[in-house]
Amino acid sequence: MEYTAQDYKKGLPRWCPGCGDHFFLASLHKAMAECGVAPHQTAVISGIGCSSRLPYYVNTYAMQTVHGRAAAIATGVKVANPALAVWQISGDGDGLAIGGNHFIHAMRRNIDINMILLNNRIYGLTKGQYSPTSPRGFVSKSSPYGTVEDPFRPAELCFGARGRFFARSVATDAPETVEILKAAYKHKGASVCEILQNCVIFNNGCYDPVYNKDGRRKNAIYVRHGQPLIFGENNEYGLVQEGFGLKVVKIGENGVTEKDILVHDAHCEDNTLQLKLAMMDNEHGFPVALGVIRDVEAPTYNEAVHNQIEEVKAMKPYHNFMELLETNDTWEVC
Amino acid sequence: MAEKLEVKELDQVVVRFSGDSGDGMQLAGNIFSTVSATVGNGISTFPDYPADIRAPQGSLTGVSGFQVHIGAGRVFTPGDKCDVLVAMNAAALKTQYRYAKSQATIIIDTDSFGAKDLEKAQFATDDYLGEMGIDADRVVACPITSMVKDCLADSGMDNKSVLKCRNMFALGLVCWLFNRDLTLVANFLHDKFAKKPQIAENNIKVVEAGYNYGHNVHASVPATYRIESKHKEKGRYMDITGNKATAYGLIAAAEKAGLQLFLGSYPITPATDILHELSKHKSCGVITVQCEDEISGCASAIGASFAGALAATSTSGPGICLKSEAMNLAVIDELPLVIIDVQRGGPSTGLPTKSEQTDLLQALYGRNGESPMPVIAALSPTDCFDAAYNAAKMALEHLTPVILLTDAFIANGSAAWKLPVMEELDSIAPHYVRPEQKGKYTPYERDPETMARYWAIPGQEGYTHILGGLEKDSNTGAISTDPDNHNVMCHLRAEKVAKIAVPDVDVVGDRDDAELLIVGFGSTYGHLYSAMEELRSKGHKVALAQFKYINPLPKNTSEVLKKYGKVVVAEQNLGQFASYLRANVDGFVPYQYNEVKGQPFVVSELVEAFEDMLADMA
Repeated sequence: MEYTAQDYKKGLPRWCPGCGDHFFLASLHKAMAECGVAPHQTAVISGIGCSSRLPYYVNTYAMQTVHGRAAAIATGVKVANPALAVWQISGDGDGLAIGGNHFIHAMRRNIDINMILLNNRIYGLTKGQYSPTSPRGFVSKSSPYGTVEDPFRPAELCFGARGRFFARSVATDAPETVEILKAAYKHKGASVCEILQNCVIFNNGCYDPVYNKDGRRKNAIYVRHGQPLIFGENNEYGLVQEGFGLKVVKIGENGVTEKDILVHDAHCEDNTLQLKLAMMDNEHGFPVALGVIRDVEAPTYNEAVHNQIEEVKAMKPYHNFMELLETNDTWEVC
Repeated sequence: MAEKLEVKELDQVVVRFSGDSGDGMQLAGNIFSTVSATVGNGISTFPDYPADIRAPQGSLTGVSGFQVHIGAGRVFTPGDKCDVLVAMNAAALKTQYRYAKSQATIIIDTDSFGAKDLEKAQFATDDYLGEMGIDADRVVACPITSMVKDCLADSGMDNKSVLKCRNMFALGLVCWLFNRDLTLVANFLHDKFAKKPQIAENNIKVVEAGYNYGHNVHASVPATYRIESKHKEKGRYMDITGNKATAYGLIAAAEKAGLQLFLGSYPITPATDILHELSKHKSCGVITVQCEDEISGCASAIGASFAGALAATSTSGPGICLKSEAMNLAVIDELPLVIIDVQRGGPSTGLPTKSEQTDLLQALYGRNGESPMPVIAALSPTDCFDAAYNAAKMALEHLTPVILLTDAFIANGSAAWKLPVMEELDSIAPHYVRPEQKGKYTPYERDPETMARYWAIPGQEGYTHILGGLEKDSNTGAISTDPDNHNVMCHLRAEKVAKIAVPDVDVVGDRDDAELLIVGFGSTYGHLYSAMEELRSKGHKVALAQFKYINPLPKNTSEVLKKYGKVVVAEQNLGQFASYLRANVDGFVPYQYNEVKGQPFVVSELVEAFEDMLADMA
């Protein structure tokens, strides 16, 4: 059966006008339709925070849960009912602060859920405190003199937790967002999609260099598996490997040709260069990488759990409660 | 070698095996109790072990004990004090003698009472019996270590492995003392070491050596003993611990309900054996997830419940603290969930391996907001099966989380359990959505009788819905901050739990004319029952009401509590159940008996205290 975005829409979102969550939601509806999983075979699980309101706006089975626990609850949903397509929605506070433990363990286990991290680098719903992704020195209501701590970089956490899928998109970039969401769905295992999302009220402009199309042309690179890592308004720049890191080069200068440019390999088991790509930022003279940065297949936890049950069923002679009782030492009182 | 010893008939006996935590005392105790149960004796066991895995050898903190009470008829407790104490080293004698009766027979391994051993056990002199005030006539002093070494000299085993068999020598001695049939012990060992027949043979050889030692030297006892089996209820039995029975109850309930069982759990003493047990039974379709933390244990179970499994999470008090926020999500989402709290000594890490009933008020009230949750307290190791089964049935039929309280005492203790028959267990009918709700289902539509909402399992077309931690409109299920709606929802959730039908509390003993009604809840049943019986045998009029259903309370609670002149609430905390009853029964002013030692009640102390209350003229 064919579905349209309309089939997944529900309710009237109550986010602030201009909030990046609106853009993301539209892309999610579209991606769900294109993935073709029926609304009743889809579960959307969130925690607490602005972005975690999202499940109220999808016409699927859904749960908005408690702060930080979305990944843990989604794990239970997927293991108990593996036929469902499970989307887990968290913000940077929900996913990386109070829920950091569940976030890393879901990736380590490689449970087949699509983990969306809507990263606006701020606590919005509690009205403007710094988050674990706010940059050092960030001034907020709870850090009036600037923060004195370094932020998490989500990709680094994901890779450190043995994440097999990491993609990034800007909330306003609908075509790319839809593409990475579809890729996340297709990937069997835990897939993390970091969505760079502007908070118009408490952290406006935090992604300005890449938030519109023109900015992205200059300041971002779309990475495509099997394609050379080229970017720039006229595709004049590329990435090459130098020493232990990456370097931006201009094609045609100093004898550099397109053949010298690094070709993206999202499927490479070794995540070293993928991490380098994911870590690039404008402050250090690099473009921000968008698209599917890592996509490596591995056995999923949910499949392994059920496969093991089948294996043990084949191996053990008891398969129900009465047979289980028989495995004990018993005696008869006559 | 002397003439034949007299064999005396006993109604009951308590044996306590004690030694270093690596000495295999739990195994020796287990074998002795199983063998006794096999011949039809009543049994009740109590492992009492330290929190350390291997404390320094020979140290006072490293002593591990296993007490078993064997009776010709039913026994209700592991016994206050023992008739026979096995002390495998000096530290065991030092710490465990307090659990021995004044006339108890003491079996010691004299090889473990050397100067160093005595020093580690903090004896001041080498007259350790004198220091403890033990009459040497009561001591079976046997060089167990050397005898075991002799016995296994030709076995080819290394010294360390040989020493591990010392417990079997002690077991053999005890079997001789109680005229136990060694073929039953041999059968047990053959089963246990099925894959290592040589180890089984070596162990059996040592058991026989112990038995023969007793037989040949008559081991300075006046007689040996026999405990016949009386009042047997026909049927097939097995020895089962409370934790295993809890696991079995969940497996049976899932099968009865036609659901997959899902356990989300994080290891914690003394609840971990539930996780261990369920993890074994994947061939029955059981899913266990060892989670990253306690919170995830509960959260993943909530996810599994939403997705259509019979979901449970197992823990102890500190874990309940961590799970509380998620438990409240199950309350507001009205999802079926069994939360098992195997209580231990608290607060904080407290006494991880010891037993208390101190989480009662936490179970009832330890969450934010108005958060009604049914609470069931298992009465005994074997009752853990019924309690877990009933908790699951209640959760699935009323769409509610349910707390099952057990504790270290019944979780680790064991008793003979008559095997249930699947067909005879109560039916379980999960409160599913009905076909006529298709396309217009809202999550908080309720059954007018029970007030339970309907369970729509994801994957079904026509029932998509959202649940969440925010308050919902009682009709539409949409987010609502309406003051009147919140008031309605708080009342609805409370009413739903209050309406759950639970059996009346039984009054046993002198139910018509008791001068004193003893009231308890959960795991103290055996001790309170034994105390009641002892008081009655002394001519007092006494009855017992032991509560298993805590929330909601049985309908006859008030009637029962008001019927008797004197009532005492006895519990292993500082008065939590008494205060709960006072809050629920107008004008209820009971006597209280409270103890928080991390140890089971002592029947003789209960009897003494209750006699004082009976004599109280106030």
